[in-house]
Amino acid sequence: MNAAPAPAGAAAPAIEIIGVTRRFLTPEGTFNTAMRDFSMTVKRGEFVCVVGPTGCGKSTTLNLVTGLVTPSAGQVRVMGEPVTGIDRRVGFVFQSDALFPWRNVLDNVAAGPIYRGVAATHAEAKARAWLARVGLSDYETLYPHQLSGGMRKRVALAQTFINEPEILLLDEPFSALDVQTRTVMQDELLWLWSGTQASVVFVTHDLEEAVALADRVVVLTASPATVKTVHAIDLPRPRVMSEIRYEARFVEIARRIWDDLRAEVAIGQRHAIAVPSGAAP
Amino acid sequence: MTAQAAAAITTGDGEFSLGKLEERDLRAQQRRSGIVNALRIAIFVAVIGTWEGAAATGWIDPFFFGRPSGVAHQIWEWVAEGTAQGSLWAQMAVTLEETVLGFLIGSVAGVVCGIALGRNRFLADVFSIYIKVANSIPRVVLGSIFIISLGLGMASKVALAVVMVFFVVFANAFQGVREADRAMIANAQILGASPWQVTTSVVIPSATSWILASLHVSFGFALVGAVVGEFLGAKRGIGLLISTAQGAFNANGVFAAMVILAVMALGAEFIITSIEDRLVRWKPAALNEPGA
Repeated sequence: MNAAPAPAGAAAPAIEIIGVTRRFLTPEGTFNTAMRDFSMTVKRGEFVCVVGPTGCGKSTTLNLVTGLVTPSAGQVRVMGEPVTGIDRRVGFVFQSDALFPWRNVLDNVAAGPIYRGVAATHAEAKARAWLARVGLSDYETLYPHQLSGGMRKRVALAQTFINEPEILLLDEPFSALDVQTRTVMQDELLWLWSGTQASVVFVTHDLEEAVALADRVVVLTASPATVKTVHAIDLPRPRVMSEIRYEARFVEIARRIWDDLRAEVAIGQRHAIAVPSGAAP
Repeated sequence: MTAQAAAAITTGDGEFSLGKLEERDLRAQQRRSGIVNALRIAIFVAVIGTWEGAAATGWIDPFFFGRPSGVAHQIWEWVAEGTAQGSLWAQMAVTLEETVLGFLIGSVAGVVCGIALGRNRFLADVFSIYIKVANSIPRVVLGSIFIISLGLGMASKVALAVVMVFFVVFANAFQGVREADRAMIANAQILGASPWQVTTSVVIPSATSWILASLHVSFGFALVGAVVGEFLGAKRGIGLLISTAQGAFNANGVFAAMVILAVMALGAEFIITSIEDRLVRWKPAALNEPGA
């Protein structure tokens, strides 16, 4: 698994995580190993889903790529270059509601370009175009609390996509939505993504979601996280989320991956019961 | 009010005519607010009436406890003829100026220090012990020091008001910064915000409701600082009015000054609330208390 880093340049994969170990210092002064000898590669334009048991360190994977977390050992490369800080080519959609509640919808979407120094009028025009794309043109003056959960997620997607990220990271973005809204948002995400060349890492605990969306599914072990298996998903695109779940091929793949995941989930649950506070074992 | 049954009411669902149930709900709501207002007036009348009655019948001695009519008369006298120290308006202006100055300086300093320390974990760890110590001192005592060092003029009162306000606002601004949502800050960083942009566009807005909450309390504290300062030694102001009345065993005078201070505090409260309403318009209505 510990492949040598690919050379930098056009040929380099979008993301390489090479033999990464990450330990966190707990407030009690002990160290908690979140991931051990973790290796994973995302090719350009690829949609990779990461599934694993609760609390196994899935989110840490994403934070390594953003540069918000640095590895204790090993290497993280984005487009062939080592990650040194927050990369401008990276976009991130959060699990929780990370919209700015004091800004209206338009200003939320325009935030990225304005932070990056684009003139306000230009940023707003761009934001309007993205709001039109996610179907929220009529809501630009509303505040986040006035929107439904699904609408807030659309704003979050527009807020991320407006920066035209080459690497898109999503941390269980739809886990708080009801099942029907989630299906709609999955379609929306695939549609938005199809208009870009972005490479995607989508973290989820929902195996069906992973299979439905991804080109490849990476199964993680229970904490400390390391890659257990990688599965290629050969379902044809474009995919329709509300239909795909009932296809025989989908069920077959999902069952195969679940066989892998089941044991890890059981271990993860035992951990969760044994260490209720989530502290180091 | 049967006419209402036929009245068309426009709602989010379009127009509809009121049914029996809606009519009842509407009437119950109107009746409730009527009852609340009536009770408020009744309580005022009862308390003032009992006080006046008790004083008139000699049950309490108005020399020591004052009486409402005496208080009203005292206020009228001050308004019409001025006080021993000059016109009432001048006294109010002096106290108000000290309060507002102390409030502004104290809250600006508190906000700036609270945000600076809240954003810097290291500084916060270093200074937290001293802040705890300073916060535990009854700060009114500092008034004596200020009178000694800054004299009987306005400066000593402003200084006391500043000290009263600073710690309250500081503690709230600090806490508000600390409570700023981690995901929201990370979101801004990844969207491209610099550390300064994170502070101005995420941390400060999310601390605003904490800071505004502290401003409500701290205007009152500024007033306490100014009045206590005048109490300890001054040439003008409402606090001096109170200590003069106290020296003359004029209970009505003390109460009259109290009423004037209450009016000033309520006026300031009203202004702060309307500023707050403008600043936190983005908030869900349920979190903003409806004006009582």
